[in-house]
Amino acid sequence: MPIDFLLNILVAGLLTGLVYGLMALGLSAIFGVMKVVNFAHGDMMVVAMYATYTLYTAAGLEPVAALPLVAAGLFVFGFALQRGLVNRFINATEHMQFLLLLGVAMVITNGTLMVFGPDARNVQLDYAFDSYNVGPLIVDKVRVIAAGVAGGTALLLAAFFRFTVTGKAIRACADNFTGAQVVGLHVNHLYAVTFGIGAACVGVAGTLLLLITDVHPHLSTDYTLLGFIIVILGGLGSLGGALLGGVLVGLSEALSGALIAPSLKSMFSFGLLILVLLLRPQGLLGKQA
Amino acid sequence: MSKKSEILSAKPISRRLFTGGIAAGAALAATGLPTRRARAAAPLKIGVLLPRSGHLALIGQQCQRGADIAVPLLADMGHSVTLMNADIESSPDVARTQAEKLIREGAHVLMGAFQSDATAAIAQVAEQKGIPFIVNIAADPAITEQGYKFTFRNFPTSPMLGMGGMSLFKDIFAATGTTPKTAVLMHVNDSFGMSMLKGIQALTPKLNLPFKIVETIAYDPKARDLSIEVAKAKAAGADMHMVVSRLNDAILMVREMVKQQYEPMGIISPGSPGMYEKQFFKALGKYSEYCITNVPWFDPKQEMTSVLGAAFEKAYPDQSYELNIGFTFEAVLIAADAYKRAGSTDSKALAEALRASNIAKRVMIGGPIQFDEKGQNKNLKSAAVQNRGGKPVVVMPKESAEMAPVFPMPGWKARS
Amino acid sequence: MSGVSENRVLAGSPSTGEAARGGLIADVPRRALILLGLFAALLLVAPATVGDYLLSVMILVLYYAYLGLAWNVMMGFAGQFSLGHALYIGLGGYTAGALFVHYGLPPWFGMVVGAAVAAVMGGVIGALGFRFGVKGVYFALLTIAFAEFTRILFDHWGWVGASSGLYLPVEYRDTDDLWLLRGSATMFYYVILAMTAGAFILCHWLLQRRVGYYWQAIREDQEAAQTLGIDVFRYKMIAVMLSAAMTAIGGVFYAFYYNNLYPETIFSMHRSIELMLGVIIGGIGTLFGPILGAIVLTTLGEMLTGLTEDLGLDGIKQMSYGVALLVIIVYRPGGLWPWLRRRLGLEKPR
Repeated sequence: MPIDFLLNILVAGLLTGLVYGLMALGLSAIFGVMKVVNFAHGDMMVVAMYATYTLYTAAGLEPVAALPLVAAGLFVFGFALQRGLVNRFINATEHMQFLLLLGVAMVITNGTLMVFGPDARNVQLDYAFDSYNVGPLIVDKVRVIAAGVAGGTALLLAAFFRFTVTGKAIRACADNFTGAQVVGLHVNHLYAVTFGIGAACVGVAGTLLLLITDVHPHLSTDYTLLGFIIVILGGLGSLGGALLGGVLVGLSEALSGALIAPSLKSMFSFGLLILVLLLRPQGLLGKQA
Repeated sequence: MSKKSEILSAKPISRRLFTGGIAAGAALAATGLPTRRARAAAPLKIGVLLPRSGHLALIGQQCQRGADIAVPLLADMGHSVTLMNADIESSPDVARTQAEKLIREGAHVLMGAFQSDATAAIAQVAEQKGIPFIVNIAADPAITEQGYKFTFRNFPTSPMLGMGGMSLFKDIFAATGTTPKTAVLMHVNDSFGMSMLKGIQALTPKLNLPFKIVETIAYDPKARDLSIEVAKAKAAGADMHMVVSRLNDAILMVREMVKQQYEPMGIISPGSPGMYEKQFFKALGKYSEYCITNVPWFDPKQEMTSVLGAAFEKAYPDQSYELNIGFTFEAVLIAADAYKRAGSTDSKALAEALRASNIAKRVMIGGPIQFDEKGQNKNLKSAAVQNRGGKPVVVMPKESAEMAPVFPMPGWKARS
Repeated sequence: MSGVSENRVLAGSPSTGEAARGGLIADVPRRALILLGLFAALLLVAPATVGDYLLSVMILVLYYAYLGLAWNVMMGFAGQFSLGHALYIGLGGYTAGALFVHYGLPPWFGMVVGAAVAAVMGGVIGALGFRFGVKGVYFALLTIAFAEFTRILFDHWGWVGASSGLYLPVEYRDTDDLWLLRGSATMFYYVILAMTAGAFILCHWLLQRRVGYYWQAIREDQEAAQTLGIDVFRYKMIAVMLSAAMTAIGGVFYAFYYNNLYPETIFSMHRSIELMLGVIIGGIGTLFGPILGAIVLTTLGEMLTGLTEDLGLDGIKQMSYGVALLVIIVYRPGGLWPWLRRRLGLEKPR
């Protein structure tokens, strides 16, 4: 096997992995604070992709320019969803939360099908076809951008949780729910903010993903599952873990695709998931429960 | 949302309206043309079973357009048919109950269903009830190998598709004077992709093709990303890139080929959807050009083709005019033609008439529509369709060609 | 969550072990017995009175009711959340189908083998999950992972047709062959009716035995159950394996009724979701919930299919399933059956 082929594969896997990681950040943030597993994760991303598509076709906004708008829109969506629906179930059993969000997911998937129809949609931009030549390597421009945004978003989130008052308060809720209530924090509000932030991350990911893949309503389930694999690998609730999990899945897909058979590559991801669930259920970077 | 209303107005009769249903349906459909074209003879009721939601929704709705547009066109030709539509939700379970339901509501003929598993489920119901079933599209050979008496398929089986597609390669090479020595085959790993692969592997030595397939790359039909697959294909260093794809993955693949600067002599599909569809052109722009697909296609020399094409363009300007439309239209045509000859809606008489079908005036390339004892139409031919100037154009066989093929194709950077 | 007593629908009083041993119906209110009898009689004569379409819908209802009962053993009784039950449907269907296609073995044999295969698989997943302390949603994800893993494996496994699917040969005969399960829809109706009735009686019986009480104790509070000396691991394993085996038998029915199997359709996560929707709507943990849920959901689906045609809005049916799920979860988390039971006056005398 030629060495430059292998190098190209590794770089592609790494970049794709970072994009995956970006996608999983929101899922991880929401779980880390609320212990709610968002089964509508992929659906929220599909909504973000359609929003980007609509902004591009209707208002001529490029995805990169639309990014803050979509993120803000998704923040509002997440905030409202938490306030209106999820919050009632904050103390319900895990499977009830799971089923609730499954219901939300079904409504969104079929809602997008009814509104946008089944056709795949995309934005056609010249730079979506560009790549950089670095020695023997050919590096995809869009993935480099997305990977950079992924790292930046993770840093921003970490800074938010560490340095801002709201961020600290959210962490307090996550660490000690009752304690947070006792000292007078608006737990409900903080939860809604967290859900909004998680959704905003999904929005960012969806916007960039539209440059890589086309959107159609049935994309969602696969991305939800992929998101789960990634965050469980990295550790639910850990931001760095989400990126690490993404990179691991990206690399495992790349290597199993290159060395064994591409059609088997997601089997390896599920295999990885099973192993981690059994051997280290808190994930690679997760805290012991 | 305008697309939806067009679909509605093109739907001649909604099934619920037919059974005297609810006001909303009536109000919507009243603006259509339900009774205007009714002839003295009672119309033939065709139960149309298509996956209009679920993961095949895209193709299912496309097929539905082919059926919807057939009704007014056939009426102009003196045929009287109405459609009873049912969504099978991309699921064989739903297909079965919906088939039963349409039969109960009085469908004389069933038609559908694009996906092979659902088609097999419907064929069983049709057989048990003795109701003729016309397969518009479904390539699994097993469907016509079960000894069914009431199932008729006007679509090539996957071995036929492979044969038709593969034998065109030599013609393309001869016409362009370029012969590749090696090829890499990328195929989707689903039931369709697998049966095509088997066909291709069996036919390559048999047809004495000049090239050798040096690598075969199977990928997941749900692939989110094909960068690894394309890198693998590029590393194989073959002259020609062969694909068996669906639509979304075809787009992902070509986009990735451009990014990775992988420039084979040509991208040719021996018979699969994707590269001739409007979405492919829209998503890839200039990079969609020169891809070749060898598939059963419209015969530009048939008069009916231009009539259908013009009507379709008018009704659905944003949609692809491709083979799903053609074969679904033909399925309705076949039913209408049999009804005319049978002179009754009796299912036995209709089945007899279908078996004796001999329709020379059609829209797809090939001889007249005839069914063998298994209910399979053998007179189906593939054409080489090349993307030229933003639309698919027939370049082979010569007698139907609108343009001469271009092979090898210009490199990605050489395009403006 | 609803209390233990909520969930023992037609079951006898927990205090009298003799009553349970004295007969399945010893302690059931008379009114419930009459209604149950009427319901059963209705189901028995149905094929003679309804048309083919309704019959096929009723087969679908019973099929989902059966699968729901099987899933309910694991989730409703023992509290173990599985989102990967499609795995067992597929294993059952493929085992019996492949044995029939390759060796001509009758489905009843395949049923036993398929149920055993599924039970072993369920056992492996359960043992791994329970031993390694994989709980709640993580356990659900583990079940999904196994189902998806198996789907891709079957996509590549030539002996069962890989992704080209496995077709069972269909031959037509005038008489029903119950031994080979080849025949008319009416025969399949009675087969699935018998299966559902069998599953119902089995569940009813289990709930009155020790195992039933242990399951509910584990579901309500695993730690407490452990302290009381219940072998938690063992009883959870029984629930998982039994549920898997029962589901696999449903898969065998599927294989012989539809005669074609594709990994893509049969192992799909949508199927896992579909089979539990009815139970949630009917009432998790109840005996009648899965049956009621299947009736409600399938009827709703059939009604909405008509609406889809009228409005041209494809996808409205699945969307309504989602809405129905949300409404139930938010307003009646216990499901419809506990409410209906009260309305029918079937409450146990206290």
